[in-house]
Amino acid sequence: MKVLTLNFLTCAVKACKTTSTSFPLHPKDCELVSDTIAPNPQLLLNVLPRIDWNALIITAGELGFPTLPPTPPTREELESNEKMMTELHTLLLETQISEGSLVCGNCGHEYKIKEGIANFLLPNHLV
Amino acid sequence: MSRPEDTLPPDLHYNDAEARKYTTSSRIQNIQASMTNRALELLDLSSPSMILDIGCGSGLSGEILSSIDPSAGGPHIWVGMDISPSMLDVALQRDVEGDLMLADMGQGVPFRAGSFDAAISISAIQWLCNAESSEVSSTGRLSRFFNGLYASLKRGGRAVCQFYPKNDLQRTMISGAAIKAGFGAGILEDDPGTKNAKLYLVLTVGGSAEEGTGGDITGVVKGMEDVDVLDARKKHREKGRREIKKGSKAWILNKKEQMERKGKVVKNSSKYTGRKRHITF
Repeated sequence: MKVLTLNFLTCAVKACKTTSTSFPLHPKDCELVSDTIAPNPQLLLNVLPRIDWNALIITAGELGFPTLPPTPPTREELESNEKMMTELHTLLLETQISEGSLVCGNCGHEYKIKEGIANFLLPNHLV
Repeated sequence: MSRPEDTLPPDLHYNDAEARKYTTSSRIQNIQASMTNRALELLDLSSPSMILDIGCGSGLSGEILSSIDPSAGGPHIWVGMDISPSMLDVALQRDVEGDLMLADMGQGVPFRAGSFDAAISISAIQWLCNAESSEVSSTGRLSRFFNGLYASLKRGGRAVCQFYPKNDLQRTMISGAAIKAGFGAGILEDDPGTKNAKLYLVLTVGGSAEEGTGGDITGVVKGMEDVDVLDARKKHREKGRREIKKGSKAWILNKKEQMERKGKVVKNSSKYTGRKRHITF
C-alpha cells in the first residue's frame, strides 16, 4: 500500500467518522518495500492540493522518514524544484507498506496489512 | 442464464478456482476491457487522476487505467476495493500497479472527503442488492455505499458504474439510492433490447464550472454520437404544464381514468362521452 493511499484512508467504523482523531491511521510494525514506478510529475501536481500535509508529516515521522517542510509546497514551487519532485515521488508512490497494521487513533481498531493488501472488512456490529 | 448473485455471497462465490477461471477467460477479458474503455470515455479524464476501482477483482480494469498513454491523459493511479480474497490474490500474482484493499463496498467507502477524481466499477454494484445476513439490508448497504462514494469524490468528480440488474426493480433501487445520496444520476444503455445490453450508471458530484460538462448525464453524453436522450423528467414537467379545460371531453376522460384506477365503477366511454345534450324542445 502506497503512502499516498494511506494519506486518504480513514477508519471505517461508523462511530469514528465524526471524530478528527480517526485520521490519519497510524502504521504499526510496518515492513516497507520500495517499488520503482515511472515518475509522473503531472499526477503529483494534480493530487498535491488534496494531500493532507499535516497527516503526511505525521505518517512520514512514524515510518521513520526525514522530516518534511512544515508547509506544503505550492504548485509553482514543486514544478520548478525537480529534487523535491523526485523526493515526493519516492515517498508517496514508490514507498509501499507490505506487512504490518494500521491503527485508528480513536477506536484503536487494527487493520492488518498482508502482502500490501489492507483488510478493511469489519464485523457487522461496527458498521 | 444463471446469475452468480443468486447462488452465493461474492466472497464465497469467487473462490480460488472461480477467480482463476474469471481472469484467464479471454472472452471475459475482452468484455471487461471494452466496458472499461467505455466507462473511461464517459469519465472523460484529461490528465493523470486518482481513481477508485470498486470491485476491482483481479485488476482487469485497473490494468487498463494504468496503461493509458500520456497523450491520452494517463496513466492514472488507482486504488481497488474488493471483497474476494481469491480475486485479490490473482491480482497480486498478476502484479498490478494499483493499491489493493480487502473491503466490502456495502460497509461504506473508508476514504476521507474529496479523495478521488473519479470512480469506476465494472460488473459489481448489483451485488449490493443481496443481503447475506439478517443483520444487514440491501437498502442499508446501498445507501451506505453511495453515501460513502459521494463523500470520497471531489466536487465535479464523476463515477461510472457498469452493472447487471436482475430486473427493473433492482435497476430503480440502485439508481434511486444514488440519487438519494446526492448524485446527479442517469443510466446509459448500450445495445438496448439485445442480449448483451450493458447498463452504465453515470453519477456526477455537484455541477462543475465548465459549461456543458457538469450537471448530470445529459451533460456527459452531450457531443457523443449515437446517443438518444430519454429525459423522463422533462416529459413529466411538460405533461404537468399542459392545461386541460375543465368540462372538456379530455378532462372527463381523464377523471374517469382516475376513478377507474381507484377501483370505482365507471360507465364505458363512447363517442357520446362529454357531448352536450340537444335541446329537445
